[in-house]
Amino acid sequence: MNILLTMNPCRWTLKMFAVPLFISASQKCVRCKEASAAVVIRAGDAYCRGCFKEYFIHKFRAMLGKNRIIFPGEKVLLAVSGGPSSCSMLSQVQEGLSQKAHKKLRFFPGIVYIDEGGAIGQSTEERQRTVSELEVVFKATGFPFHILPLEQVSVDAKMQSLLSESQSQPPSAYKAAVDRFNQTCGSDCLTPPEKQKKSLPDVHESHTQLLQQLIGSAKTLTAREDLLNTLRQHLLVYTARTEGYSKLMLGDNCTRLAIKLLTSISLGRGAQLAQDTGFSDSRYGDIIAVRPMRDYSAKEIAHYNHMFDVPSVLIPSLETKTSEKASIRGLTESFVTKLQTDFPSTVSTIYRTSEKLQTVCRSSSTDDHSDRCLLCLCVLDTAVGECVLEF
Amino acid sequence: MPAQCSSCTDKRAVLKRPKTGHSLCKECFFWAFEEEVHQTIVAAELFKSGESVGIAASGGKDSTVLAHVMKLLNERYNYGLELMLISVDEGITGYRDDSLETVKRNQQQYELPLKIVSYEELYGWTMDAIVKQVGLKNNCTFCGVFRRQALDRGAVMLKVDKICTGHNADDVAETVLMNVLRGDIARLRRCTAISTSSEGEGVVPRCKPLKYAYEKEIVLYAYFKKLDYFSTECIYSPNAYRGYARTFLKDLESIRPSTIIDIIHSGENLSVREGVKMPVQGTCSRCGYISSQALCKSCVLLEGLNRGLPKLGIGKHHRLHDKILSQQPLTEKEERKLKSVDF
Repeated sequence: MNILLTMNPCRWTLKMFAVPLFISASQKCVRCKEASAAVVIRAGDAYCRGCFKEYFIHKFRAMLGKNRIIFPGEKVLLAVSGGPSSCSMLSQVQEGLSQKAHKKLRFFPGIVYIDEGGAIGQSTEERQRTVSELEVVFKATGFPFHILPLEQVSVDAKMQSLLSESQSQPPSAYKAAVDRFNQTCGSDCLTPPEKQKKSLPDVHESHTQLLQQLIGSAKTLTAREDLLNTLRQHLLVYTARTEGYSKLMLGDNCTRLAIKLLTSISLGRGAQLAQDTGFSDSRYGDIIAVRPMRDYSAKEIAHYNHMFDVPSVLIPSLETKTSEKASIRGLTESFVTKLQTDFPSTVSTIYRTSEKLQTVCRSSSTDDHSDRCLLCLCVLDTAVGECVLEF
Repeated sequence: MPAQCSSCTDKRAVLKRPKTGHSLCKECFFWAFEEEVHQTIVAAELFKSGESVGIAASGGKDSTVLAHVMKLLNERYNYGLELMLISVDEGITGYRDDSLETVKRNQQQYELPLKIVSYEELYGWTMDAIVKQVGLKNNCTFCGVFRRQALDRGAVMLKVDKICTGHNADDVAETVLMNVLRGDIARLRRCTAISTSSEGEGVVPRCKPLKYAYEKEIVLYAYFKKLDYFSTECIYSPNAYRGYARTFLKDLESIRPSTIIDIIHSGENLSVREGVKMPVQGTCSRCGYISSQALCKSCVLLEGLNRGLPKLGIGKHHRLHDKILSQQPLTEKEERKLKSVDF
């Protein structure tokens, strides 16, 4: 065994790691110390299959339990994009709800998938193909699912309702909600709502063209990605509102959030960082968006998905097959990945920085709308008409 | 067909402004640049009439342009300031001694008094000697910490009311990025401030009039005005962590030039959650300089150098502060940890 003296430049500490040069067949799992190791996470932790699965599942439950945002009996909408992170999140929710789970999760999940093929320029056949692949995955879970084309965002007049005041009462304290749930029905009456099937509705060619015009009006790839994100968020929140869900679960993992943090800073979104990358995002008022996967690095998710056969579908995005410097997000991604190889604690340090941030202003439900941005619904960080130099 | 200047539409455009992409003639560019610095100074109320201001001059492009613009604006808008040059000699052969010659020439060109402080006389160590002990990886820490104190000492010797440094927009943006990458929340909050606070003994407040000026524009300004400056990189800097942030920033600028100001804007609007531990400003028990620990960083670094333990300043060492203060010898294990240097 090698005693490797490494330096963590972020904290100026000296840490001693015992790093094996390779995983030999005889190396034991660091947790149970019995079975042989199957995967190495971070710098020195080698886990066996069983312990890795336990560690992974435990992290998910701990993340939800620690933050106490999801109340029992609530309807939670899972935003699944088909990528590894969101599919992993889906499988974790399945695990948590299964009968044999220790301390079963007690909420009602639904799935939503937004088909962005129109914005990217995919043909109808390609889109249908992707949707049917995903339908297979969704049907296997048994949760109600909704599949929506992104074109709906430019069509539906009800989207304006996004900006109106939310009518629901503010969420009461977690403990009180749990008590109420236990009193009223206990754990017997956990019958899930009726299964609804909604496959991809027929999309009019004109709507697709409208969407493409909208996306095309942004001149740079960076701006287009930004616009697409905004539209997607609006549609997700709209779906959650209309279908009666009170929470939205997004599948952003640690690596992607670190990249998002740096990208947001580069775009000037420093004031909104806490909401863009934090665990819970309360800018929509009645719908709270949570990110339960934010503690998992992309590597851990990839290992888990591979080892335990979690299905995911590869879907191209605006950025696919573009060069590194085509957009700010792509550049940041390659920067962080390269830096991570030289300084392995980069992603976790950025993650910890994001945990220490908060939004500048008052809570979202008390603000009046003249103070909010029309597109991202966060509080404004500029004063229109005034000199905007801040020192 | 050559383009016309987009501002005066009179003369031919000779350059494209990096900040805005406008094509401008020389005079309009000079006017735009100087006017922006003037607005920065006025809006932030950096100076008061009658103050004496020390300009931190290294002979490089930023400080040369700063000295030139400060003198120009002082006369044009009657700030009423008394300007002086302060320069720091770190003792890097082949770099600093050449740039100091430039500063001496600047002194004659701008007719401003000059004071040079050197690491040798303040600390007893030159950067060359430090690098021999420390290696090439962490030397920027030593240089930066020592220089800050050296500037303050020089300012006190000259009895100036304020110091102004030539930090430009690229520097501030790089610092924001670097602090996010390092997780340095405390510095993240302070680094975008245009001037430091003015409390404390022996502390001269410091400001950055060029905070919103792009580095590329500073270079263009110096070039077109034919200013005399020294333009070589420090020979010890290639391995600094800041290099990564700088490459990233340059790439960002090529995609979208407004990114630099956007990053500064993000940094200014960041706010930290309550309950996060923040350092409190106190004084060093050995030299009286401001510090958030029992011993200020330069005392710790110096102690490490003098004892032959170069890593004393690099790493968590609060527990050792008391030991150092009371002159106790360090244990074998501690000494071994602090001595090892990887080149």
